[in-house]
Amino acid sequence: MSALTPELERKLGVAVERMPAFPRSVQKILELTRNINCLPKDLVGVVEKDPVMTMKILKVINSAYYGLPQKITSVGQSVVYLGINTIKNLALGFAAVGILPRMNAAGFDIQRYLLHSLVVAGTARQLATQFAKGEVDPGDCYIAGLLHDFGKVVFAQFLAVEFRNALVHSVEHAVPLHEGEKIAIGVDHGPVGAMLAKRWAFPEHLIDCIRDHHNPDAEPSAMMDCLRVADQVVRYREVGDSGNPWRETEAIAAPARFGEDMEALLAQLGTLDKIIDDAMMFAQVGHEK
Amino acid sequence: MKVRFWGVRGSIPSPGPHTMRYGGNTTCIEVRSDDNSLIVLDAGSGIFPLAQQLLKQLPVQANVFITHTHWDHIQGLPFFTPLYIPGNSVRIHGGFDIISGRGIDQIMEVQLQYSYFPVREAEMRAGIEYVTLNIGEPVSVGDATVTPLMLNHPVVNFGYRVDCNGKSVFFTGDHEPWGNIYAPEDEGYAEYQQMVDMQQGQLDRALAGLDVLIADSSYTAAEYPAKVGWGHGTLEGHIAWARRLGVKKLVCTHHEPTRSDDELEQVFAAALASSGYVPGGAGEPEIMLSREGLELVL
Repeated sequence: MSALTPELERKLGVAVERMPAFPRSVQKILELTRNINCLPKDLVGVVEKDPVMTMKILKVINSAYYGLPQKITSVGQSVVYLGINTIKNLALGFAAVGILPRMNAAGFDIQRYLLHSLVVAGTARQLATQFAKGEVDPGDCYIAGLLHDFGKVVFAQFLAVEFRNALVHSVEHAVPLHEGEKIAIGVDHGPVGAMLAKRWAFPEHLIDCIRDHHNPDAEPSAMMDCLRVADQVVRYREVGDSGNPWRETEAIAAPARFGEDMEALLAQLGTLDKIIDDAMMFAQVGHEK
Repeated sequence: MKVRFWGVRGSIPSPGPHTMRYGGNTTCIEVRSDDNSLIVLDAGSGIFPLAQQLLKQLPVQANVFITHTHWDHIQGLPFFTPLYIPGNSVRIHGGFDIISGRGIDQIMEVQLQYSYFPVREAEMRAGIEYVTLNIGEPVSVGDATVTPLMLNHPVVNFGYRVDCNGKSVFFTGDHEPWGNIYAPEDEGYAEYQQMVDMQQGQLDRALAGLDVLIADSSYTAAEYPAKVGWGHGTLEGHIAWARRLGVKKLVCTHHEPTRSDDELEQVFAAALASSGYVPGGAGEPEIMLSREGLELVL
């Protein structure tokens, strides 16, 4: 499925290690760590809102060195294993790389991408709690939401020209962005994000979700259901579409679990205002429309 | 198996009249397996008097295990005299440092920068070998087995369990029992507590059947709230831990550098009293303070 050459895979893997994090988290990390008594939970609160920092922490904790009996999917659990001071030092290292510029040669707004990722993460967690209790860990759904579109930010940073073409194609032909990516790049952001997650030994179910969230033939799972529908809810609510706006023709991805009526689902889900407000503050953006 | 304490002080060497009885050297523990293989746990300033002792019988074959690379656990290493004598062999074991991305092989290089120490590593004549350990993977030393277990400190810190012919001793190095970073009313509290309990349970299981626990008991329970996150344990906490593990003996070490011998004895007695400790009581471990020269035979 992946049209990436092994050489490009390797290059992207190395490049992501030097990838800067998001402006707000870099600023918050620098601010918090100036105080020797900063609260660990405040540090965790920042790191777990940044897809780049979260990726990098999970990469360390899941590395072969730790040989942990089970794979780790949460920043909090990484703190238990590595200790808060190590997390603090790692975060400072990530902050020292610099900040992701808001705009890039691809014309992809990374702060709106962050808004999308954060709201999908929060919504996926809430969907898991309400609709898949006992089937899937809501924390895992949060991470899946935060990282599901990681491939896009990698494209924007490292394959900017091709990604710009994909964005243009999807607008001009009114097709979803991942279709445009397949045409312009040869592969969509799912397999690329999954390739990185696999390279860094993330847990299988997370890799599967990242790879297949746009693949209708993929094996369904509670986590995938929550992720896909959270993504739809967020695009439907026009909170932040990450380059892929809601289409009237779209049907709910997992009707057996969530029903077929988006408005009815939203009513059951209740207000998402807190998730949205927190995400907007962190991503430093206003309402899309 | 024999265990002998050469350095018991935390943080910084603290010589003087107030620390005469327990000693002012920083951490160093000598373990001799039944076949007399030499295991040295940490290389604080206590390793220097140990080195003097070892020079009486050459060649020296030493297996040094570094719990972590904070100064008080490594500062004696350049003064470990056997390193300078051809024919000796010194194998230095320790963990991988995530922040620098290096193994234990950097331990000397960092300390021996020329502006800070006059001898270069290349000038040390003993055979020196570095072994970066993997968590939970035991290594053999003579007839003993040493297992590194990941504990909680600001840097990677291994506690070492040494097993020899059915007897066992565990030294924590510096360790603060895992705590919850959230307050009970916070959203993440329950989930985090579950992870903490899992981590503690995993350590307790790895210490099943332990005879002697040597634990970083820097603080009292009353002092602890001002020291959360510093990476050290308490006397009271480790008394409870030793009871839970069912060990035969608990040795409290890493004494606070500002504590005089009298004060150390006072806080120790108070901790025993507040824990309702009855010496010789059924199922109670023997509990003692470490001091330089203390020797245990297992």
